[in-house]
Amino acid sequence: MIQNLLDGILTGSIVSLGAIGLTLIMHMLRFANFSYAELLGIGAYAALVFDRMFAALAPVLTAKVGPLSLTLALALSVFVAMVFTGVTAIIIDRLVFKRIREKADALSMVFASFGVALIVRNVITLVFGLKAQLYSNDIAFAVVLSRDPLLLVKPDQVFVLCAALALMFALHLVLSRTTFGYALRAVAENSSLAQVTGVRLSTMVNMVWLIGGALSAAAGVFYALTNHLSPAMGHNFVLPVFAATIVGGIGSVYGAVLGGFIVGIASGLALLVLPSGYIPAMPFLIILAVLMIRPHGLFGEARE
Amino acid sequence: MIGLVSYLAFFATMASILAIATLGLNLQWGNTGLFNGGVVAFFGAGAYGTMLLGGHPETGQFGGFQLPFVIAFPGGVLFAGLIAWIVGVLTLRLRHDYLAIATFGVAVAFEAVTRNAEWLTGGAKGMRGFPRPLEAAIGDNFLYGLFFLGLVLTILVAVYVGLERLAHSPYGRVLRAIREDEVAARSLGKSPARLRLEAFIAGSMIMGIAGGLYTAFYAFVSPQDLAPILTFQVWAMLIVGGAGNNRGAVLGAFLIWAAWTLSGFALSRFAPAALQLHAGSIQYILIGLVIVGMLLWRPQGLLPERIRPTLTGKGAARTSAPGEFQGGQNP
Amino acid sequence: MSETGAALRVEKLVAGYVRDLPILRDVDLTLRRNALTAIIGPNGAGKSTLIKAIAGLVPVSSGTVKLGGREITGIRADEMGALGMAYVPQTDNIFRTLTIRQNLLLALRKAQDAVTRLGELFALFAPLAAKQDEKAGALSGGQRQMLAVAMALARRPQVMLMDEPSAGLSPKAAQEVLELARGLTTQGVSILLVEQNVRAALAVADHCYILAEGRNQVDGPAAAILNDPVVGEIYLGARRAGSP
Repeated sequence: MIQNLLDGILTGSIVSLGAIGLTLIMHMLRFANFSYAELLGIGAYAALVFDRMFAALAPVLTAKVGPLSLTLALALSVFVAMVFTGVTAIIIDRLVFKRIREKADALSMVFASFGVALIVRNVITLVFGLKAQLYSNDIAFAVVLSRDPLLLVKPDQVFVLCAALALMFALHLVLSRTTFGYALRAVAENSSLAQVTGVRLSTMVNMVWLIGGALSAAAGVFYALTNHLSPAMGHNFVLPVFAATIVGGIGSVYGAVLGGFIVGIASGLALLVLPSGYIPAMPFLIILAVLMIRPHGLFGEARE
Repeated sequence: MIGLVSYLAFFATMASILAIATLGLNLQWGNTGLFNGGVVAFFGAGAYGTMLLGGHPETGQFGGFQLPFVIAFPGGVLFAGLIAWIVGVLTLRLRHDYLAIATFGVAVAFEAVTRNAEWLTGGAKGMRGFPRPLEAAIGDNFLYGLFFLGLVLTILVAVYVGLERLAHSPYGRVLRAIREDEVAARSLGKSPARLRLEAFIAGSMIMGIAGGLYTAFYAFVSPQDLAPILTFQVWAMLIVGGAGNNRGAVLGAFLIWAAWTLSGFALSRFAPAALQLHAGSIQYILIGLVIVGMLLWRPQGLLPERIRPTLTGKGAARTSAPGEFQGGQNP
Repeated sequence: MSETGAALRVEKLVAGYVRDLPILRDVDLTLRRNALTAIIGPNGAGKSTLIKAIAGLVPVSSGTVKLGGREITGIRADEMGALGMAYVPQTDNIFRTLTIRQNLLLALRKAQDAVTRLGELFALFAPLAAKQDEKAGALSGGQRQMLAVAMALARRPQVMLMDEPSAGLSPKAAQEVLELARGLTTQGVSILLVEQNVRAALAVADHCYILAEGRNQVDGPAAAILNDPVVGEIYLGARRAGSP
């Protein structure tokens, strides 16, 4: 029970990171972006490439950090992968979404996002192969927190949770303390007024892709660090991140964070009553429940 | 010779089944502007529903009622309609892309059930053995293949004619009015929510028809037959043919299925061994490129919709509600 | 009127949301420096569209807009502030989820002297200073309008466009907002405002344009328009007859 809760919180922190950018993109560009979760995959694999590169260039970096399976090279790679993924997100927007939103309706964007997701996922498969990979093949030993009930936690998991929370806190500071943050919130609340107030929308759209891509990359690495890398990982996060945004209310960053934890914990606890094969459907049930009870989410409000 | 005819019949049967599914999607997306992100689930509901009702009983498994095809098949179709009704009631009154998310979710949930609920679906090994209609009476495999093609073509024509009539009826015009401008449709005294729900259910049932025929054709169904790529394939068929045009939907289905089959053949024949493993991925990328490329360069498809929309630009009044956005953004 | 005397000049403006479906057809308008000009007219005349087109929010298909002699037609709305033009929308003109201080800092984002300017604005609008850390959504209607004006003033505009500043306010608050606008004209801001509340608008305006069916029909000194029986009958009649 408590073990499921702990695992759920960990998954939740990853889903939250993935959902933050999605909620902003869905709100600003007004379309459900099914390719967004592929950014997790892009980030995780980008980190893998950079990790191997750094390790080859400077073997010193292969030293492990404390009890973690995380090496210095990988830690460095996370940051590079975040930038890389953010820029990739902007490039995909330029190549596809920007051109479509200039001439067609929102449904075409949804449609295109499915196409983009399919392409990204299979390019990853083509390059890295279908089989699951690990950043480090060393076995990460779990620490026994308690024997009755049995509670196991890996140092990596603790690190991931802390790092995810730190990233969210950093974003919180940006949103609540800087004029850039105010501008971002302003665009989310009322984009035409934001324009009148001197905010350039296309710049903000790029910034949201950059932030969203970076946070998703971190989420992807964190997932891969505590589980494994696979080309399907983006696909597997599509429903959880959508569920988190819908639970939190589209456009609400804080809602997405809370929604992510709710989805993660609910999926963790669901394992107590459901065979694991059904867990991928859990976010769908959460979406249906939210749509029935509170269609605009916990923090969202009706638009249109 | 017989081999070639037999293969062509096989090809045409599959293409026709997919064309029926594409027609169902056209009713939803092309005519009514509803986004179905889980075509495979409704196709699958028809397939599994038909199998459960008409298949052989298996020990330790629910279903296998061995009902005659004329009952099992409509039963599967109704099952697809039932799922559509539940999803539609919950999501059609909300933001248009909630339907996309919910239908995508249905597909994920459906896959989870087909893979895991062994007592119901046989799990990953699927369900085998289905008394195909009139198979015993016809006997010969080759002739039966031709007969089945005839059956599928008859149903395809019936669905096509039905949808064409619908599109040109007052009802079809109202559906288009909803797609273009919901406020105007409401002012005609129609309830857009109700009509959208009807169109969504009807389209999903047509996909269920395709699924039921698929089961009957192979006498077998498993989660592998219902991979998520099916949804993408059907979309590609519609967008290539031309959303809103039933003839385009059928044309697109045949073209994309031919391209899919040929690319699979070419990859297995000519691609270097190293690439063989990845043939599937390459095909998937091609489907993705077809979808994105069509949206970017020829969104109206090969056969554009013949009845021009009433407003300039698709759904100018509503869907471009972020007009302030577009207006302000383009330099 | 000499070119130098015009703070804003609109010539033969054709604009609308959808191409080939202009809402404004050949609108001409001149806003004199340090004057308050009101645009009035029946519902659907295109008054708000005119102001939005000037502010860069509605695409202009032909015609020109000049701000102090410089052509600004087709410039993006977010660049207008830097050129000296401010726009106060009718509703939703403040960010409800930001605090008052954050709203103003956002408006001052690109200003060099943001900190001093913030102090000046708080000095000018004391009621806002007192509530600076509260969410703007919690303000009363009159104070919201005050904040919206303060945000518009942040970048020291030469021209301020106001879309129905008195809409939804109590008569007293409406009066205060219009007088605030009047007062700004003595501080170097030229104001163009749209009003439904014709009498109140004409009471503070110097000049008045009457817009109907996307064209400007009549214009003249506000006092003359208010007292012109023919104009009153045609354009203001409904309002007079309607009010008991």
